[in-house]
Amino acid sequence: MVGSSPGTVSNDLTHRQKRAQPKGNGVADKRMTEDEVVAELESGMTIGIGGWGSRRKPMSLVRAILRSDLTDLHIVSYGGPDIGILTAAGKCRKVTYGFVSLDSIPLEPHFRAVRQGGLLPDFMELDEGAFYLGLMAAAHRVPFYPTRAGLGSAMLSENPELRTVTSPYGDGEELVAIPAFDMDAVLLHMNRADEKGNGQFLGPDLYFDDLFAMAGAKTYMSAEKIIPTEDFLHEGPVHTLKIPRTHVDGVVEAPMGAHFTECPPDYGRDEAFQREYAATAKDPEAWAQFRADWIELESHEAYRAKLDERGQA
Amino acid sequence: MSDTTEATLAEICIVALADAFRGDGEVLCNPMGPVPVIAGRLARATFEPDLMLTDTIAYAIEGNLPLGGDPSDAVVESYMPFRTIFDQVWSGKRHVVMGAPQIDRYGNQNFAAIGDDYRKPKAQLLGMRGAPGNLINHATTYWIPTQARSFVESVDVVSGPGNDTVASLPEATGRFHEIRRVVTDLGAYDFETSDGAMRVRSLHPGVTLEQAQEASAFELTVTGEVPESRLPTDEERHLIREVFDPNGVRNGEFR
Repeated sequence: MVGSSPGTVSNDLTHRQKRAQPKGNGVADKRMTEDEVVAELESGMTIGIGGWGSRRKPMSLVRAILRSDLTDLHIVSYGGPDIGILTAAGKCRKVTYGFVSLDSIPLEPHFRAVRQGGLLPDFMELDEGAFYLGLMAAAHRVPFYPTRAGLGSAMLSENPELRTVTSPYGDGEELVAIPAFDMDAVLLHMNRADEKGNGQFLGPDLYFDDLFAMAGAKTYMSAEKIIPTEDFLHEGPVHTLKIPRTHVDGVVEAPMGAHFTECPPDYGRDEAFQREYAATAKDPEAWAQFRADWIELESHEAYRAKLDERGQA
Repeated sequence: MSDTTEATLAEICIVALADAFRGDGEVLCNPMGPVPVIAGRLARATFEPDLMLTDTIAYAIEGNLPLGGDPSDAVVESYMPFRTIFDQVWSGKRHVVMGAPQIDRYGNQNFAAIGDDYRKPKAQLLGMRGAPGNLINHATTYWIPTQARSFVESVDVVSGPGNDTVASLPEATGRFHEIRRVVTDLGAYDFETSDGAMRVRSLHPGVTLEQAQEASAFELTVTGEVPESRLPTDEERHLIREVFDPNGVRNGEFR
């Protein structure tokens, strides 16, 4: 340990060992099914969803919410089809977002129909960088983080619950106080996980999933594959191990769990499927059919079997 | 207004946008959409070599990547996931190019929602996305392919605050705010005026001041003789046509 005093190293190790003390005869096996996760959720909860737009979204968990009787939810998300599906199905009382996009289809058509129809009781639309601060404030257990983002824009005038703070230092600058996004539960999808709840992303961007994990009162993480802990570093460098088990309460093995959103390097976005999904926003009958065919299936296994039939799994 | 023999409308718009980066030096050049992306890459390949540009995914890359080209072949010089992009926004070393379905005389921009009732809009657009934070933290340029549709008397929702809005805020709040340029299918505009109103900087070949004014719901400020927008140099034409956009994606933005 060049450059550190022996005392510091020893203290750190003591601290870490203390934190890592397993309960009973070992760290818990946190594996669950999608339906077991949803059974822990309640109507009226604020639920954060990781990923970004149509990228690495925990879609098998979103579908499990769809087939449950959960309602009146407040969803917090860098929105993609998660918000599109949940709002179009009438599951939400509120959404907090910076945007709702399918990326290759810039405007999420189901969400547009809901907004334009006045069908969403409440929403908070924020600057997408300010959204990051709301997650970080919740993760760090402080009431807010300050930023200039929002000053002079409708983000402030349209969200009267947002407040400003004055710097207590000599500059006295007025800044927006982005409130902590306190969330009852958070849902994430990772490329790899172990059964203890450590998570690994292997694609180009973590997005803000580590902050989501830390911000949730309970965090449930699906993953393409559950692997032995000792295999993580065969999958990717140590920097990809961004979700620590201290912030994960349940792990779901869900191969193709992000479909039809992208989950590189395991698979890209299923653009043909996404186009079909998007097209159903124009026609209530087509949407009902799509929901019956693809969203309200009894399990993720049934969904994967259907995808196999379709020849795209 | 039609294509000239030397250059197409898209190419004239691309060099007008590229010129917005002149003098930026070592900042993250962050254009959104095909025409702005070509412009940013062109500026770096010619007169503004210190610019940093991404593959539009998560890596800052060197070299002249074509539009839609495979970034895995490019030399990666830094890592720019979304979190780093936001940190970059707040640190100020960035110049963004965004769209503006609505923009007014003082550069207030709206790409969030169209209609009188924000709670139940006629058209839900992108949402706030990064506009509030971008505008208040670093240089912003707008790319507007159809001026007649976008230059409005007043915007329905302010996603990106304009000069009059920021002037009404405490001085410290607005100290990093700069709307550098607005480039449309008719001309290039800036805000180099005493009252922060939009000024005609140049008009594309064949466009008259009357036509430009006709395609604007607010009065355009004119100071002195308005020059014609410059044409791409031979080198720029070659880079646009052969290197950055061999498939002509740039022509699909005018509808």
